[in-house]
Amino acid sequence: MVDFEHTTERVAGCGISVRQGGEGPPLLFLHGAGGGSEWLPFMSELARRYTVIVPEHPGFGDSESPGWLREVGDLAYFYLDFLEQRGLRDVHLVGASLGGWIAAELAVRNQHHLRTLTLVNSAGIHVKGLPRKGDIFLWSREEKTRRLYHDAGMAEAALAVPLEGEAMDRQLKNALTTALLAWQPRLYNPQLIKWLHRITVPTLVLWGAEDQVIPAAYGEQFAQRIPNARLVNFEACGHLPQVECAERFVSALGEFFEEVGP
Amino acid sequence: MKFFFFHLMPYADLDLSYRDKHNSAWVTLPNKYYDPKKGAQLYNRYLDEMEYAEELGFDGLCVNEHHQTAYGLMPIPGVMAGALSRRTHKAKIAILGRALPLLNNPLTVAEEFAMLDNITSGRFIAGFVRGIGAEYHAWGANPALSHARFHEAHDLIIRAWTETGPFAFEGEHYHFDYVNLWPRPYQEPHPPIWVPSQGSTETIEWAADPSRKYTYLQTFSPVAAMERFMTMYRDKAESYGYQATSDQLGWAVPIFVGEDDASAVEEARPHIENFYNWFLRMPPEMLLPPGYLSLPSIKGVMKSKKAITGGYQTIESLMEKGMFLCGSAESVRQQIEHYQSKTRFGYILPMMQFATLPADTTRRSMKRFAENVMPQLRVQQQGA
Repeated sequence: MVDFEHTTERVAGCGISVRQGGEGPPLLFLHGAGGGSEWLPFMSELARRYTVIVPEHPGFGDSESPGWLREVGDLAYFYLDFLEQRGLRDVHLVGASLGGWIAAELAVRNQHHLRTLTLVNSAGIHVKGLPRKGDIFLWSREEKTRRLYHDAGMAEAALAVPLEGEAMDRQLKNALTTALLAWQPRLYNPQLIKWLHRITVPTLVLWGAEDQVIPAAYGEQFAQRIPNARLVNFEACGHLPQVECAERFVSALGEFFEEVGP
Repeated sequence: MKFFFFHLMPYADLDLSYRDKHNSAWVTLPNKYYDPKKGAQLYNRYLDEMEYAEELGFDGLCVNEHHQTAYGLMPIPGVMAGALSRRTHKAKIAILGRALPLLNNPLTVAEEFAMLDNITSGRFIAGFVRGIGAEYHAWGANPALSHARFHEAHDLIIRAWTETGPFAFEGEHYHFDYVNLWPRPYQEPHPPIWVPSQGSTETIEWAADPSRKYTYLQTFSPVAAMERFMTMYRDKAESYGYQATSDQLGWAVPIFVGEDDASAVEEARPHIENFYNWFLRMPPEMLLPPGYLSLPSIKGVMKSKKAITGGYQTIESLMEKGMFLCGSAESVRQQIEHYQSKTRFGYILPMMQFATLPADTTRRSMKRFAENVMPQLRVQQQGA
């Protein structure tokens, strides 16, 4: 297990919490609606060969909730400021779900800092006739958890952890910011899909094939619309491949980064 | 004390077996459960009941806004207020209220309310609410912006009513180059404003502010909460340096008056239980979307989660909590007197039709209330 440091840093007038571990080329991971308050096994695994940087988005976890935050595009600009402030180049940008949406919005604006882009069961676009199933904002905690995982055992294990104290506070804060960003239209920006062709860095689209939040058909859409994109589906896996099939997730990323080269 | 007859206009013909298939009477309950032939009759019956209320001497008639639900069939309550404005002549007409954060253009409400105020020559009362959580699902309005949009929409409407136009409005959520209301409201400076709420510190502090002094209405809550929030309002007013008057406090509560206590309870039982258990039914995620309550408030609610998701509510438990007043005229009068003496509210808003309560039963209860409850309470008020 590669260790990490937890620090706070100020970007665009907003204090955010950042976890960072490992050495090597920079890998910026943008978390999903559930938040990024934990250093997870897949991060540790990636940190063997990369400098893994995991900020908590403004409005999430221990980060501040800035008054300027109104839409996902604001976070795209925020992370461009973040990359600039740190002077990072040749970054492997990896975004999951809501984080994938932010990553895609960032990449259509400016790829100056990026070596690659990876979208994991990403939100952000909608295609007529390709409905999502259900509504994350109407699911109870139980239902949401069961739908996030394909493996029922993992869902039950997640549910067995009581939600209380600080974890509850974080969950409420994360839900509030998720609603602010993704309530209407639900989980997408109608304008984003028009500009996906602007993404020219090598792109990997990863998808848990049994995703019940954003169906696998959306993986195909991202892969078709981004010029240098390749799609990898994980069979028997739900919305969170980085957790549910972490090993396959880490190898798919490793292979992709190898292939692209430094 | 003044008496304002409050109607929700529910879909009384709702097939209650819906509950075997659906977990809510709101938003996700398919509208195939609505039969327009029955709906047509209900709308006209309910308007008749409101006109009858004026005939019986009620001081005001109240309607309100809800969307995509069998609970209340007035997504656009101004239609009902418009219908009443030409068929009634003395009673005030109150829309309690319009859910401001749902609006992309709050000036529509400024205009609609100004029209009603003109048509009624100043009989109109304006209600502003945030709407209940389900409306944010029904309308796709962002609950995380609920408070901010409410305040900004309110400020825009007040300016539109009171400032000479045209002027430009530059807000965070609303932007207009021309605000220039035709018609201006009939009442000076604008219609009275009432704020219905289930109770929150933020709302009370805002409504009691000396620049507003809006009438605060406690709606469909246990009396313990009603007493707590009305006391909070009075204390708040005092901290602002003035004494709140009775006109600043009102209580909306379902009421049924029967021949005697026992028969009243038996007559009302299925209908009030349908109201609280099946017409108001929705999962917590629908009732409280993220941001609808402030983080401290939602934490408080989650601690007392049973209050929302508790089991079946019987008429006995509802009466015990004071969420329903029921009995002979004498009993109902005593209850109102008792609560009024504690909190000194100036308005009571009886909701006398609820859920499935049939037309003839509703009218009998209204008549008993008007003849044997209202006059006595009016006299005592004058004497007091």
